[in-house]
Amino acid sequence: MTKIHVTSEINGDEVEFLTEPNVSLLNALRDEVGLTGVKEGCGTGDCGACSVLLNDELNAACLVFAPEADGAEILTVEGLSDGDHLHPLQQCFLEGAALQCGICTPGFLVAAKALLDKNPDPTETEIRYALAGNLCRCTGYDKIIRAVQDAAAQMQEA
Amino acid sequence: MALAEDTNPMQGFKWVGSRPIRPDGFDKVTGRAKFGADLVLPGMLTGAVLRSPHAHAEIVSIDTSDAEAMPGVKSVVTGADFPEPYGKPAEQDVQRNVMAREKALYEGHVIAAVAALTREQARAALGAIKVTYKVLPHVMNVTEAMADSAVVIHDNMITKNVDPAPEAPSNVASRTVFDGGELDKGFAEADVVVEREFTTKPVHQGYIEPHAAVADTTPDGRSTVWCSSQGHFAMRTYTSNVLGWDASRLKVIPAEIGGGFGGKTVIYLEPLAVRLSQKAGRPVRIVMDRDEVFRASGPTSGASLRVKIGAKNDGTITAADVWMAFEAGAFAGSPVGAASMTALAPYKLENFKIEGFDVVVNKPKVAAYRAPGAPISSFGVESVLDEVATKVGMDPIDFRMHNAVEQGDTATYGPKFPVIGFKETLQAIKDHPNYTAELGPNQGRGVASGFWFNAGMNSTATVNINDDGTATVVTGSPDIGGSRASMALMAAEELGIDVVSIKPVVADTETVGFNDVTGGSRVTLATGAAVVEACRIIVADLKARAAKGWDIEADQVEWVDGRAQPIDGSQPAVSLAELAKNWGRTGGPISATYSHNARGVGAAFSTQVCDLEVDPDTGRVTVLRYLTAQDAGRAIHPSYVEGQLQGGVAQGIGWALNEEYIHNDDGVMENPGFLDYRIPVASDLPMIDTVIVEVPNPAHPYGVRGVGEVGIVPPLAAVANAVAAAADRRITDLPLSPVRILDAILNSED
Amino acid sequence: MAEVHFTADLRSFTGGVSDVSVEASTVRQLIRALDELYPGLGERLSEGTSVAINGEIIADATYEELPPDAEVHFLETLAGG
Repeated sequence: MTKIHVTSEINGDEVEFLTEPNVSLLNALRDEVGLTGVKEGCGTGDCGACSVLLNDELNAACLVFAPEADGAEILTVEGLSDGDHLHPLQQCFLEGAALQCGICTPGFLVAAKALLDKNPDPTETEIRYALAGNLCRCTGYDKIIRAVQDAAAQMQEA
Repeated sequence: MALAEDTNPMQGFKWVGSRPIRPDGFDKVTGRAKFGADLVLPGMLTGAVLRSPHAHAEIVSIDTSDAEAMPGVKSVVTGADFPEPYGKPAEQDVQRNVMAREKALYEGHVIAAVAALTREQARAALGAIKVTYKVLPHVMNVTEAMADSAVVIHDNMITKNVDPAPEAPSNVASRTVFDGGELDKGFAEADVVVEREFTTKPVHQGYIEPHAAVADTTPDGRSTVWCSSQGHFAMRTYTSNVLGWDASRLKVIPAEIGGGFGGKTVIYLEPLAVRLSQKAGRPVRIVMDRDEVFRASGPTSGASLRVKIGAKNDGTITAADVWMAFEAGAFAGSPVGAASMTALAPYKLENFKIEGFDVVVNKPKVAAYRAPGAPISSFGVESVLDEVATKVGMDPIDFRMHNAVEQGDTATYGPKFPVIGFKETLQAIKDHPNYTAELGPNQGRGVASGFWFNAGMNSTATVNINDDGTATVVTGSPDIGGSRASMALMAAEELGIDVVSIKPVVADTETVGFNDVTGGSRVTLATGAAVVEACRIIVADLKARAAKGWDIEADQVEWVDGRAQPIDGSQPAVSLAELAKNWGRTGGPISATYSHNARGVGAAFSTQVCDLEVDPDTGRVTVLRYLTAQDAGRAIHPSYVEGQLQGGVAQGIGWALNEEYIHNDDGVMENPGFLDYRIPVASDLPMIDTVIVEVPNPAHPYGVRGVGEVGIVPPLAAVANAVAAAADRRITDLPLSPVRILDAILNSED
Repeated sequence: MAEVHFTADLRSFTGGVSDVSVEASTVRQLIRALDELYPGLGERLSEGTSVAINGEIIADATYEELPPDAEVHFLETLAGG
């Protein structure tokens, strides 16, 4: 099968990669670009572990074909921090113990960023619905919701 | 930011009970952490697994020749590539579960596996493997499997613990009984008797990370395996057993683990990856798809229960009779024994009988799931207790308090309880504002309690002091929920140095001594105690070295806040860093290892209260408030203790309200994905309020009790009792889905 | 003397006896003595059983010492999650 040449801006860098037309953006990011912070929990768009921002919109990378990302801007968890300066969401997840095993954490961080980009001061209910596409089996969500609330408050102050 | 409210004043400790950032957290919020599927090796192939489409079938023939000729295919394995099943019955079951032999015993059972250059090539090759099946009748639940006319899955299965032993094989692997006193006398004394039958469905642990394994087998017949598991030493034991290899031929490196809850204490992929890699001469990675996780990896049992409990009008329980049959899946080994031992354990009971049956069905072999078995038996018992309390007109907490066990009481499973904190959990619920919050129309409150043993088992820890006085704490216990942080905190407390100066490491099978799995709520207790003991050896060593410098005896030195000092204060104190700097002249590097089969396991209790609303038009349940109080003994890192409490509750709510395996008439699972097997999402749940009760376990250096598991025991009944209160009718079959609740509402209004 | 209490499952080996006092200073000695009293019981107690000594449950307790007047229960070894 002939490979397709894809050029995207991934986490601020122009990145080129080759992919077959039937490969998901999730697998291309993991296997071709080496961004294994994007996790696969289901491959069917139900768990949110592969959440990425595609042109600032929250997407499940497993439901996007890699060639669709040609010319797009992509943000993954690897692009969230600024050098060694963590994003407030990352810092609040750490301080609030909002992760246990950590497999869902990259997806939650990206989904929470998508929420705060659009709604900097969400209510608890708004957070819960915005993150309803991301599954966590460890925490019961309590500390995740609180971490997002804390990050929103910090970013409002900043 | 402000840390969570400190529920655990530090009680004289500097580090234990504090809430530092976990040391592995930075890798986990930046995407650096390497989980099972994240490892890439040069030349690595992708493996894929062919699974039985039938629930029960004889494997007449397998022809892999076309698949082997497919583009990119480098190796194919079937049952013929593994030793004939050998050893103990339980070992043979694992060997047959990893790779089917004569028969496929459930939909999803492994038939063959392929390694190819790409994922797509491997999957295409699976389609070219020709398998001829002779489909057999199947049995899917305990009622079918226990029927006289049932097809027998294993023709050598003679029920154990039945006297005299049955002559004919059946699907009942074993029977277990606990009893005491005289049931008839007990029920005769009762003023109130309630009897109910219950059913539960198999539910999956639901970890978000699918099983994954990478193996790199070299021509000398050795293999390095990377896997995501709850215990890489156990994976080595099981994998070498399935392969018929010495353990020394396998090196197992722990990847970060993306959730386990018991389901990653067993093997599925590792032996397949090793053999595929061996035949191909290249590394092989296999990652399960989500549907494979559901079809072929460990759910816990579905069950049928009958519970009859009698009490006097003053609330004293006089008798309890519990009958349970648990689905084991295709091989013996359901957690019905643990369910029997925990069912009535929270209560003082003279007259009781608990009878349990372990029953094989054509479903995946069950695996441990958080307090295995206890949530199921507790669901039945705590539901009936709720009705009994109502009938005798007592508050459900007062009723439980009246019957609750305390230190010295005999447990229904035999021994007397050591120091326990059950009554304290009841009191904590009663004292909390949630317990008296006002309820509106269609709203109800449910209470339930639960007990779990916790485990000790084998652990090794090595503590190495670095040449600048910092330390590395090496264990072999995979960190699922923050255990590196707990190890570092206990080491910091013992050594008297800053917790950030301690690097906790989870090492591979060749780098540290043996550790049993991270399971049974045992790591903070058992591996933690090994860390504490290794640190104490080091402190004794440090005191002796300091004594040399002062020309005094070691027993004249004390260790205070990370420094050695003469007890009489005659010399200035010397720090760990200074002692480390000079180790060459005092006896060489400073290191200690401690191994043990841990003693002093502390029993764990939890009491919970759920407030919810039932929509009478749709049957949908909304959980309004949830409170859990659990005896942690002592919380080492309170945030992660709260996390365990909250996580257990969320899983239990899912079990109660939504989750179930649905099979069609052919024995094929119809909901093998997160869309149709619906675990709770953020918008399904409220905040989960926690009270950490601390009744220290006197047998542990810091009073630790395991906290991981008991939190999932009460929610099934707490939710069911709340639904019964809100809907004014009791539904005894889980899950309490909208369809089931609406059906109950509509049918009883007729 | 160790006071041994048998669960219902084990009473099928003891002819219904639920409690027995046995002279033994380790668990291994105790199991041997019980096997002499109730042939077959020793093998059963050696496979997959934990031992509770004065209420403390210990896996792999074969060599465990028994304090005087120890109260002993043999229990199924459980898997945790």
